[in-house]
Order: sequence, then C-alpha cells, then structure tokens
Amino acid sequence: MTANALPLRMKRTGDALALDGALVLLGLFLAVFIVLPLAMVALYSVYDRNDAFVGLANYAAFLDTPSLAHSIGNSLTMALVSTAITTVLAFTYAFAITRTAMPGKGVFKALAQIPILAPSLLPGISLVYLFGNQGPLRVLLMGESIYGPIGIVLGEVFYTFPHALMILTVALSTADARLYEAAESLGAGPLRRFFTITLPGARYGLISAVFVVFTLVITDFGVPKVVGGQYNVLATDVYKQVVGQQNFGMGAVVGMVLLLPAVLAFAADWIGQRKQTALLSARSVPYVPPRRPWCDRVMFALCVVIAALLVGILGTAAFASLIRYWPYDLTPTLAHYAFAEVDETGWRSYGNSLILAGLTAVAGTLIVFAGAYLVERGPAHTGIKAAVRLLAIVPLAVPGMVLGLAYIFFFNHPGNPLNALYGTMGILVLATVVHFYTVSHLTAATALKQLDAEFESVSASLKVPVWRTFFRVTVPLCLPAILDIALYFFVNAMTTVSAVVFLYAPDTKTASVAVLNMDDAGEIAGAAAMAMMIVITSAAVRLLHTGLSHGLSQRTQTWRKR
Amino acid sequence: MTATPYLRLSNVVKSFGAFQALKGVSLDIGRGEFVCFLGPSGCGKTTLLRIIAGLDPQTAGTVEIAGRDVSRLPPSARDYGIVFQSYALFPNLTVARNIAYGLKLKRKAEEERVRDLLALIGLPDIGAKFPSQLSGGQQQRVALARALAPSPGLLLLDEPLSALDAQVRLHLRRQIRELHDRLGITTIMVTHDQEEALTMADRIVVMNHGDIVQTGTPGAVYREPATPFIADFVGTMNFLKGTVDETGRIRLGSIHLHSARPLTPGADVTVCVRPEDVVIHRPGPVNTIDMRIDAMEFLGPFHRVRLTADGFGPQPLTADFSANLVRDHRLATGDRLPVTLPAEHLRIYPAA
Ligand SMILES: Nc1ncnc2c1ncn2[C@@H]1O[C@H](COP(=O)(O)OP(=O)(O)O)[C@@H](O)[C@H]1O
Ligand SMILES: [Mg+2]
Repeated sequence: MTANALPLRMKRTGDALALDGALVLLGLFLAVFIVLPLAMVALYSVYDRNDAFVGLANYAAFLDTPSLAHSIGNSLTMALVSTAITTVLAFTYAFAITRTAMPGKGVFKALAQIPILAPSLLPGISLVYLFGNQGPLRVLLMGESIYGPIGIVLGEVFYTFPHALMILTVALSTADARLYEAAESLGAGPLRRFFTITLPGARYGLISAVFVVFTLVITDFGVPKVVGGQYNVLATDVYKQVVGQQNFGMGAVVGMVLLLPAVLAFAADWIGQRKQTALLSARSVPYVPPRRPWCDRVMFALCVVIAALLVGILGTAAFASLIRYWPYDLTPTLAHYAFAEVDETGWRSYGNSLILAGLTAVAGTLIVFAGAYLVERGPAHTGIKAAVRLLAIVPLAVPGMVLGLAYIFFFNHPGNPLNALYGTMGILVLATVVHFYTVSHLTAATALKQLDAEFESVSASLKVPVWRTFFRVTVPLCLPAILDIALYFFVNAMTTVSAVVFLYAPDTKTASVAVLNMDDAGEIAGAAAMAMMIVITSAAVRLLHTGLSHGLSQRTQTWRKR
Repeated sequence: MTATPYLRLSNVVKSFGAFQALKGVSLDIGRGEFVCFLGPSGCGKTTLLRIIAGLDPQTAGTVEIAGRDVSRLPPSARDYGIVFQSYALFPNLTVARNIAYGLKLKRKAEEERVRDLLALIGLPDIGAKFPSQLSGGQQQRVALARALAPSPGLLLLDEPLSALDAQVRLHLRRQIRELHDRLGITTIMVTHDQEEALTMADRIVVMNHGDIVQTGTPGAVYREPATPFIADFVGTMNFLKGTVDETGRIRLGSIHLHSARPLTPGADVTVCVRPEDVVIHRPGPVNTIDMRIDAMEFLGPFHRVRLTADGFGPQPLTADFSANLVRDHRLATGDRLPVTLPAEHLRIYPAA
C-alpha cells in the first residue's frame, strides 16, 4: 500500500453538495450586493459627469470647494461634541442600571429604548417644536437658533443614546465581585475603587461606545436634514450633490470620505473587542451592587432627568401631532394623520413601510440565519467561509448614505442585468437587509456557536439528512435569536431613511421618507404624525416580540433549564 | 486473528497544514472485539476515530469496514454509531425522541425499539424526560442507546466517561462492557485513562505522537510494555538507570542485578520494575538488596513504600506491600530489610 500524496477527497452526498452550493450562493450574494456596489462608488469618484476618467480631480475639486471642505470640519465638530455628551450620559445611566441598587431599573431600561423606535428625523422635529421660532423653550437658547449646531448635537445625543447605553451596560455588567472585595479589604474607598476597577474594567466598552457614537453621528442624515439649517455636514452634502444637483462624481467623493471614519472606527472597535474577551474568566463571581443610599438617590435622580428628556422629545412629537396648531391651538385633532392632505402618497407610504419592514424581516432573517448556519456549521470550506465571514462584517462599516449611493450607481447602471430591480420594492428590501446584515449575522453566529459542535456529526452517523436536523434541532434551539433578528430587521426597516432616500420610487416611498418630504415641505405636524406612526408600529412589534419570546421561554423552559 | 478483520486501517495519515496528527497508522480489528485507543491528550486518538467515522477525511491511507473500502464514503454511507464526549443529545427532544432519531420504522415498531433500548441501558422510565432533567451518567447512557438504536455494526466511543464522577464512571465501565458482551458489537473506545482501558478492553492500542506504539491485551501491555513511555503511561513503574557490565549484569551504583535475558556489555539501560513485583527477600542471593524504609503511605489494601540503600544510586525504589505482609513483618519507617527484584519481572530498555 503506497500512501497517496494527493489529499483524499470524500465522495459528497446530495446533502453536502446542496450545502456547498448554498455556501457559494451566499458568497455570491454578499459579493454582488456589497462588494460590487461599493466598488462602483470608488469608481464613480474618479469619473466626471460625462463619464470621462478624471483621476483624483473630483477629490481636488471637493477640497477646493470651500463649502464642501467646510463640511468636514462641521461633521467632525458635531461628532466630537455629540460623542462626548452621549458617552457621559450613557455611562451614567448604564452605571446606575448595573452598579447601584436604585429602584425602577426595568422601567429605565425600557424608556432608554425609545430613540431606537423612531426615525432619526423625529428628534429634529421635536426640537423644532420646542426651540423653533414659535417654540415655548426658545428663550433657553438665549438668542441662538436651534437650526444649526445646537439642534444637531441635541438631536444626535437623543438618537445615539441607546446605542452607547447598550454597549456600556454590557461592559459594566461583566464585573467580577472578587476584585471589589479585594480592593475593599485593602482599604480602597469608593472613589478609588471607581477609578481603579470600574473605569479600567469598562475601558473597552467605553472605547467601543465612543467609536460607535462617533460613526453614527458622522454618517447620520436625519437630524442635520431637519435641524441643520445652513450648517452643512457631509451626510447632507451627499444628499444635495446627488439628489439636488445630480452630481454623482462629487457625491461619490463625499461618500468615500464618509466611509473613512467609519472604517477607522470599525477597525479600532474590532481590536478593542478582541481584547475584551479575556476580561471575565469562567470563575468570576458576578457583582451584586450593595445598597448605598446617597449614591443610589443621586443616580436615580440623574436617570429620571435623562429618561424625562427622552420621553419629553418623543412626547413633544406625539402631542404636536395630535393638536390643531402648535403651540397656539391645543384642540385635540387627528387631522394631521390625514396624510393625503399634505403628501401625495398619503397613507400609502405607511403601507409601503409595513411591506418593506415585513419583507426585510422575513427575507433578512432567512438569509442571515441560513448564511450563519452555513458558515458556522456547514461542511468545511475554510477559504469561502473566511471570505463570507469577512463580507458579513463589512456592512457595519458602511454608512446608509454610502450604501444608498452605491446601490444607485450599481443598479441604475444601464449595463447591469439587475437594472430591473431599480425603483422596485425589491431593491429597498435588499438595501435594508444588507445595511443591517452585520449585527444580525453576529447574533445568529453567536447562537449557533453555542450549540454542541457534534450535532451534525451525530445526525450524519445516524444517517439523518442535514436539513432534518436543521429544522428539528437547530432552528428550535435558535428560535429566541431568530426572533431577535427578525425584530431588529423590522424596526430598522421601519425607521431607516439614509439608504432608502436614494432608492425609493414614487410607488415605493416609505413612511420615513414621507416624514422627510413633509418636513421639507413645511408640513411639520404631518411629519410628526407620520413619525409617530413609525414609533407606534415599532413599539407594537417590539411588544409582540416580547410576548412571543416570553411564551417561547415558558413553553421550552423544561428543556432549557440546566 | 481470524481471516478478514472487521475494520482495517492501512497507512492512515492526517495532516493539519505542516503538522502531522497521524503518521501512517495501520491496524486490524476483529469482529466483536472491544478495542481501546489509549494515549495522552493530543496524541491523535480523536482524529483517528473521526477518520474511521468519516467525519473528517484522512490525508492518505484507507479505511475498510467489513471488507468494504469506505475511505471516500461520507458518514451516512458507513455503518456505525458514535458517542461523543459531550454526548451531543438534542436538548429540545425527549429522551425517547433522541433515541428514535436515527430510526426509520413504523410508529409502533419504533416505540417498541425505544422501549427495548431504554431497558437495555437500565433506564426504562425516562423516555418522556428531556436531557437537561437527567444526570450526567443517565445522559451518557441515553447517548449510547441513541447510537445503538439503528443496530450498527460498529460502535465508536470518544472518551465517553471522562465527564463523569469517579463513582459513576466505575459503574458505567462495567455497564458498557456488559452491553458489548451482550450485543457482540465491535467497539472502539478512545480514552486517556489507562485504568479504563485495562479494565474494559479486549485489546489496547497505545498511541503517542500520532503513531501506534503498541497493541496487545491489557495483560500484555501492562506486563510487557514495549517502550519506557508505555511503561510509564500504563500503571506505576520504577525507572532505574544503569549500565551493563562485562559479565552481562546491570550495575546500578554499587549493586549488580541479573537479567533474565542476555544484554550487550557496556550499554546504558533503563531498568523497569513494577512496585508490586518488588518482594521481601526470596531464597537465593540473586537481585537481593538490603534496603531501608524511608516512607510508607497507607493506601487501603496495600502500602506504598519508599526504599533506599547505600550504593543504590540516587533514585528511591517504590514497592507496594500488601497490608497482610506489612502486618506480618511489622514493617515501619526506618526498618531495614532485604528486598528482591525478581529477574523475570525486570523490563530492560536501552537508555534514552
Ligand atoms: N482541526 C485541527 N486543526 C489543527 N490541528 C488539529 C485539529 N484537530 C486536531 N488537531 C491536532 O491534532 C492533534 C491530535 O488531536 P486529537 O486527535 O484531538 O487528540 P486526542 O488524542 O487528545 O484525541 C493535536 O495536537 C491537535 O492539536
Ligand atoms: Mg480527544
């Protein structure tokens, strides 16, 4: 018997072949809908209006246009200021929730989710109501206008707060009680313990939160669109260049510039997360916050203030949408919900949003879960899997505006056989699935990795087809994660503006775009009403999700208990 | 061994990049045999088992099961049941559904088969429970029943007992062995626990660094370990360093030992003797040394005794003396006594 030098190839069963095929399809899907469109942005940035190659001329022109170059400074300023404020507020709030014994933590947690349920246009609208020309709180600005940096920062803080909070809550809840006991026994006071244990322990969370907020602000379009006034930022520039002036080359340049901080932030964040894992060992003892009456009271008061601001912003939009004329005629009315009066799409746009959110939730969950399954538990194809894993992470670094732009360039290109998708609901669904792919993928991958590594091997030894184990075991075990992913897709599809605003057609206009249009047209009450419809829908779906998850855990608690 | 082996491995190689996890393993296993792959962690036992199962492809070499070359066949085209260290029970299915997972029978027949299997593993009443409601030992037996349900020709067990308490482990050793004897199914069990291999196997395959270093019955592996590594890994062993003198005897310090076999003069050797083979003075002067008891450790049925002697060299000699012997001779720390290392129990290896 001579040992064969070539590696031995296994005969592949129908099952295995199908999985191979699916993995290749997934790779193609991600390549076609992520890599190619993004490549188009880069390509367009070096061509002029007449499709002539101009090298870096567009970039030079960008830097030579004072108003555009100015936007870079503006964007950075807004991002830095908002990030500083949000991080401090979110850290305080997260600290109160995880490290004190204050009452009402559940309520505070729930209230902090408010901004996620709304499009980022909503805080802008509420700020205009409160501080605008007829705003009752205008005096607080002492002569300054809400239209401009003040409005942008306030709006962005509202919009980014829950994102920072989520990261910081996780970072602060992974505390090892033994460290605190050791410090206390060594005579370290509370302040010393905070600076030597709490803060260092949360440092990667803090770094991560800073980067996430920074990226969100620099790429957000909703807030500056509504309350930016004459204060130009990069995200609104893209919109103006592309939608206003049809200057695709310049739009692509701004898009590339927008990609930069996100990519940097993303790389730094990734490095931070790598290091985070070692922080909590298996033997750590969870920290149970002791009662400290003074600290608890102060933190409670701070949380009340922060939560009240969140509720106040939402409440303003809700209230304004339900009265005749803010702030002069407070008679209750549903008139602003008769959208057809002020926007030609009327209620259709809301219907479109429901369809978009529903399709995105279904299609997105299917693609993401099946994709994560193939990568985490499919047959070994190390090369393709590594590529797919990498591609799945990319969307996190791509701002919605840039994605929208990329999709215009790619799908609107006459030579593209997928051109037919342009202007359909299909492209909105695709863009939204891709836009929110990464977090969903990581959720699915985490759930799948927690399953015993040998389920597939056992099934194979028992001659049970792969798909049967997938449906009988894998899916039921991952159902909570699947529900989370579907909710995430649905809510984000309801609230997103940035990518969709480039891609909608009159037939497929979404509710969030309608909010934007009405606001543009000065119909602020209508915009507030439509934004409220989005909030109500997101909240309702969220409640439904809570109910389903609860029911599921009741039904399955017999086998989940360990 | 009979005409055709049930399982035949020929020159099986497995490489992970530049690293060779298996370096050309060849092995025959007879029908109905209970074989243990024994070796330290990382020596390639699991890798070999997974290749037999078709779960990972070998880099080179062939696997034949029941005379059929299955080298390139997927797991489902081979005929075996497997139990993993983690058991990999499906947590959302009841015990009965777990056991029936690989069955393709009519409902009535399936229920009957599951009932028989539950009786076989001695847990007739747990069919409706979920895995998380069972103890580790019970889960292990359910995994065994699931693997046996389709009546495979080969049973593969990867460290099936290593996650269990010592008590349960002892009990299950016997149960698995009895199950094997009752069903007559060819069984391969991977373990790094030499005691497990000694008590359960018909034949032990000792592995190290991706190679088979010895195959043999438990008695043979224990009494005649092929290398010092095996001597050390299986059971307890004294290692004494010495040199062969011109008369063919072994010199340890100022003491000379006779060997039962001829030796090359001048060679450096390692002399191995099991603690239980060391005896208190036997008639005849050969291999008897005056030694002193340095320490005694009471281990229930016997005492582990540390012996030293002037001129014996730096290494102490460990001996196991039965409780009776210690009582009859009134042995105590500090006593001197003549100790014999019987020539026929010495294993002599060239020094490493
Ligand atoms: N997928 C893999 N990639 C690289 N090395 C591996 C892989 N699987 C196993 N090995 C290596 O092969 C050797 C044998 O592993 P294994 O068969 O699991 O040992 P054990 O005898 O403990 O079961 C180990 O050194 C292990 O690190
Ligand atoms: Mg192993």
